[in-house]
Amino acid sequence: MEELAIVAKDLVKNFNGFTAVDHVSFTVKQGEMFAFLGPNGAGKTTTIKMLTTLLQPTAGTILINGNDPVKQQDLVRKSFGIVFQDPSLDDDLTAYENMEFHAAFYHVPDNQREERIRVLLNFVELWERKDNMVKTFSGGMKRRLEIARGLIHHPKILFLDEPTIGLDPQTRNHMWEYIKDLNKKEKMTVFFTTHYMEEAEKASDKIAIIDKGKIISQGTAAGIKKSTKKSSLEDAFLELTGRKIRDEDASATDRMRTHRKAWGR
Amino acid sequence: MKGPIYIMWLRQVKKYWRSKPRMIGALGQPLLFLLAFGFGFGPIFQKAGGGNYIEFLAPGIIAMSILFTAMFTGIEVIWDRRFGFLKETLVAPVSRTQIMIGRTLGGATVSFLQGIVVILMSLLIGFSITHWALLPGAILFMFLIAMLFTAFGTAIASRLDDMQAFPLIMNFLIMPIFFLSGALFPLEGLPKGLELVIKLNPLSYGVDGLRGTLTGAFHFSLMLDLAVMLGVTLAIGIIGTWLFSKIEV
Repeated sequence: MEELAIVAKDLVKNFNGFTAVDHVSFTVKQGEMFAFLGPNGAGKTTTIKMLTTLLQPTAGTILINGNDPVKQQDLVRKSFGIVFQDPSLDDDLTAYENMEFHAAFYHVPDNQREERIRVLLNFVELWERKDNMVKTFSGGMKRRLEIARGLIHHPKILFLDEPTIGLDPQTRNHMWEYIKDLNKKEKMTVFFTTHYMEEAEKASDKIAIIDKGKIISQGTAAGIKKSTKKSSLEDAFLELTGRKIRDEDASATDRMRTHRKAWGR
Repeated sequence: MKGPIYIMWLRQVKKYWRSKPRMIGALGQPLLFLLAFGFGFGPIFQKAGGGNYIEFLAPGIIAMSILFTAMFTGIEVIWDRRFGFLKETLVAPVSRTQIMIGRTLGGATVSFLQGIVVILMSLLIGFSITHWALLPGAILFMFLIAMLFTAFGTAIASRLDDMQAFPLIMNFLIMPIFFLSGALFPLEGLPKGLELVIKLNPLSYGVDGLRGTLTGAFHFSLMLDLAVMLGVTLAIGIIGTWLFSKIEV
């Protein structure tokens, strides 16, 4: 029997009566590239947050490399790396310091830190910029740094929440090459979300499409296209989720703006 | 082993050291207070039999600069949340208690250093330390003030997710804590109400401890100051850690 990297069973998350994730179940095999697709506000990020211990599920069970994120937080946290949807670097530290910080937080032994940071920064082609403040980096460089950082503790699973958002085609291609390379060489499981359908089709072994908190289709890209009788994954995706444009929940920044408007006059 | 607490501490200190404008900016206020109040009220304080006002005021201003810096560094959690860095620390296999300890020690170190600079500044203006032997005690009080209010700032910031409430915190917490602490005026012969408020304010004991160890004049007593500061710092530390552990991103 093949080992399972991620098991989600009947996962539910309620926020004050609103069901963001509604009985979601899926499995990801070890070494698989798994694409988790869905329109804005479908529940992708909420699901990732539950898988990565940042949110507690309302109901359902999760296993990450055989451990429960609710009960065995630290074991789970040690076993994955994550690149968040929005940046999570410290802009006032250098690239090297951001890496060092992460190494300390993941208990990488002192004598291996320098070597691993050097290898990874070379890998994402940022070694020459290691002593520059992150605030001087472009969006693409920050992304690459975040990926390198997420790999420093040799995780078994890498979570990527829209890793290529806002990047030019060159950087995107480059990035997927890195990731596929790692997936092959290290047998690292990759769980990612993206809005670029051709990216999902090219990179993934398996796809799950989520909408309004429910999984509406699962399988290979070819299988999903076949079941919807469409020639591209994009058309299949639109067929399954409809053409209506979705609104995402307001971020804290938006809320702040609204407040200011409300209180201003 | 360079662990999470150390690296969290190092991050705070490095960031402070690199923001020179912030360091210098933070010295402007104590300098202004020392000069304006010190020399402005000096003559009348002397006439009223209070002695040298700079001597009385300087420990209060040192405490003030520690209070402000500590509260601000504590509140920085809001920025970390805004810029996403908080998430990076929260998904790591490190307990929230360790993160809180590292963060508080870092913020406290920074505010403590700020306090040292203000001591040096007031020595230049004419402040003199009466009991050099008690200097380690003064340093302890400075560090306790720094710890207490960094933890307090972090605790408050754990419950907020944007900077909207910042003016509120400034005007309804930091300013009253400073003004109602005996930093600026002696605590003898005050109206009952004011005296009560001052006795409930932990900074009063910090200021008194600092003033007592630097100049020899205690209003309460060394033991009471020390006990209150230690107790309150510990309590706020525990509450802050609890609130910090409740953060969801």
